[in-house]
Amino acid sequence: MPITFIGGVHPKEAKLTSGSPIEVLPPPKTVYIPLSQHTGKPARLLVSKGDEVKLGQKIGEAQGFISANIHATVSGKVKSIGRFPHPVLGDGIAVEIENDGEDTWAFEITEHDYEKLTPQEIIDLVKEAGIVGLGGAAFPSHVKLSPPKEKPIEILILNGCECEPYLTCDHRVMLEFPEEVVKGGEIIARVVGAKRRIIAIEDNKPDAIALLKKKAADFEVIPVKTKYPEGAEKQLIYALTRREVPSGGLPMDVGCLVHNVGTAKAIYQAVRYRKPLIERVITVTGENIKEPKNLLVRIGTPAIEAINHCGGYIKPPEKLIFGGPMMGIAQYTDQVPVIKGTSGILVPAEGEIPEPGPCIRCGRCVDVCPMGLHPCIIVDYVENLKFDDAKRLGILDCIECGCCGYVCPVRRQLVHNLKFGKAEVWRKKD
Amino acid sequence: MAEKRLKVSASPHIFARQNLKFVMYAVILALMPALFGSIYFYGLRALYLVILSVAAAVVAEAVCQWAYKRPITITDGSAIITGILLAYNLPPGVPYWMPVVGSVFAIVVAKQFFGGLGYNFINPALAGRAFLMASWPVAMTHDWLPPAGGTISGLDGITRATPLNLIKAADVDPSVIERLTSLEGIRALFFGNVGGCLGETSALLLLIGGIALLILKIIDYRITLSYLLTVVVLSLILPIKGHPPYNILFQLFSGGLFLGAFFMATDMVTTPVTKRGRWIFGIGCGIFTMLIRTFGGYPEGVSYSILFMNVWTPFIDRYTMGRRFGTR
Ligand code: SF4
Ligand code: SF4
Repeated sequence: MPITFIGGVHPKEAKLTSGSPIEVLPPPKTVYIPLSQHTGKPARLLVSKGDEVKLGQKIGEAQGFISANIHATVSGKVKSIGRFPHPVLGDGIAVEIENDGEDTWAFEITEHDYEKLTPQEIIDLVKEAGIVGLGGAAFPSHVKLSPPKEKPIEILILNGCECEPYLTCDHRVMLEFPEEVVKGGEIIARVVGAKRRIIAIEDNKPDAIALLKKKAADFEVIPVKTKYPEGAEKQLIYALTRREVPSGGLPMDVGCLVHNVGTAKAIYQAVRYRKPLIERVITVTGENIKEPKNLLVRIGTPAIEAINHCGGYIKPPEKLIFGGPMMGIAQYTDQVPVIKGTSGILVPAEGEIPEPGPCIRCGRCVDVCPMGLHPCIIVDYVENLKFDDAKRLGILDCIECGCCGYVCPVRRQLVHNLKFGKAEVWRKKD
Repeated sequence: MAEKRLKVSASPHIFARQNLKFVMYAVILALMPALFGSIYFYGLRALYLVILSVAAAVVAEAVCQWAYKRPITITDGSAIITGILLAYNLPPGVPYWMPVVGSVFAIVVAKQFFGGLGYNFINPALAGRAFLMASWPVAMTHDWLPPAGGTISGLDGITRATPLNLIKAADVDPSVIERLTSLEGIRALFFGNVGGCLGETSALLLLIGGIALLILKIIDYRITLSYLLTVVVLSLILPIKGHPPYNILFQLFSGGLFLGAFFMATDMVTTPVTKRGRWIFGIGCGIFTMLIRTFGGYPEGVSYSILFMNVWTPFIDRYTMGRRFGTR
């Protein structure tokens, strides 16, 4: 039996860039670094206008436990601090830094021995480096590395599924930096004391599976079925272990911890080199990009810089998406900067938005929902502002994967309404 | 900063190929083999009845939407399907005005009155048929025509009856029943050389379209499968006179079962959205079909059982939502 979950969809994979090696995007003249790039509280600003900053210098300090540090991703001068376009929030406070082109580090980047470090010391290094989940949710990694004592982690899963169509950055990271991914995974496993270690990769990436099987002696490399959303945490845990993360719970409730392969690499760099998260690999792709590529870009780089490095647009863009086509967020401008959680920039050929029609009760959304929800009925309630009923039917379990919206033949605005309904239910709770 | 604002919309940004039109026109195409069959069996009259029925349905839809000031959506194909299905449920000898009246009733009363596509709670075509049945019962139960090439019993269609009528009639010679349920009789039912409603006679032609829809996942297998399996199981239990040898196949291929199980019980709007609900819906249809066939006043029970289950759909949905992920 193939290793997978119940429900889900099979969109066209459209991985245009699986064969394109990662290229380094030259740091741009100006970067816009938002103070909120993660789940949790925004970082506290540490610099002011006119300050000279060095590469890797901390410019935002985590506020509280669930937050993350922010670092300068070029060396240069703080030109302004103000509201700039933000890929998730629409706009938000960001630090505008003019690049002096020198890339002068704030400290020396050298190799450090980490074998003797205690788990807490490693967690502190990860926190200091501002690492967050690079798969998209951008949850601060040090939090995930510190599970409470009563929730021991048995299984560490490194997530190399990359089930979103078009995106190939995780695939390329696995192919080009397998050692860093594996060593990062080993560090995580040691910190949380996971006995079983798994690397899960969708079976549409046989090269990555073969390579990691060779490189990762201490890991089980498990191919999983190519189906969306195979890489969603709860679905992946179920596929591999048949354990169901309880409604409202976390992976640690079933003894599991899931980290994206890119995050594992970043954690390795934070521990080995004390290197903060100043850059990440993104996929710049879509039918309206001349030469789709995988790029290593500095955090805070405006999207247009990355797009121009890929030959620019073929025709004037109508739509630009940060992330993949299933869960990505449409942007109103191509000036919006790449942040830690940005996995790709997708510019489709067409921008037309289908006109939604009335629900024909076909039940397709029910068939594909990986959380076993009834999206059509829940959204009926949301549209009628009956949030208690929506909650009773499990709206808070929705992972916003978009499968329901994808299959809906009348293109009903399901995900939009689910997000709205969730926000309303949360608001009532407080 | 940005000169031109890009288009912003909620995720997902890609969609499955099967949009509403794709689904509707696929169903229309899948109904075509049966249309060719009935033209072959009953002549061009069959085609004219279908065209009139479809035209009436589409016009009625347009007029209603105009009157209710709703967007005109006659190109979505749903009214065309209603028209075809209504015609398929008529005896081939009915007068030409009948499908027109039936389609208008189906669209105006059973569909648009409730708010149009998606809001109707019973299958419009079946409602139209029930209306005709109640208003002109004689025509609806006697205007049969013998199919081209004659029939096995030598009676159905000619003496104005279908095989299901014959099986049920008390005064029929046992030898007729024997012939009907012989291998030869079953073969006739399968290919369509029997008396019956316009679009239901050939099990084979309906099967071709129905299986295509199942393979393309246009219709859900749960209702069709549970409906047919229930009929199979019950035909082992509920005997027809004299326990003829091919009872199961007789029940499967006769009357409107395939038309119902593939094309009408699978109507999306009027059937449950829950997975378990769809199994229950199909089982319910099967049970009532066999009860009516065996004990009821009518020879055939497909359309009434589907209508009956349509009414229960909201209840079924409510109580069959099942377990969500992570709520063990
Ligand atoms: S309801 Fe939520 S979890 Fe279910 S398919 Fe839709 S977006 Fe995904
Ligand atoms: S897929 Fe769309 S049309 Fe079908 S039941 Fe769900 S919301 Fe309604």
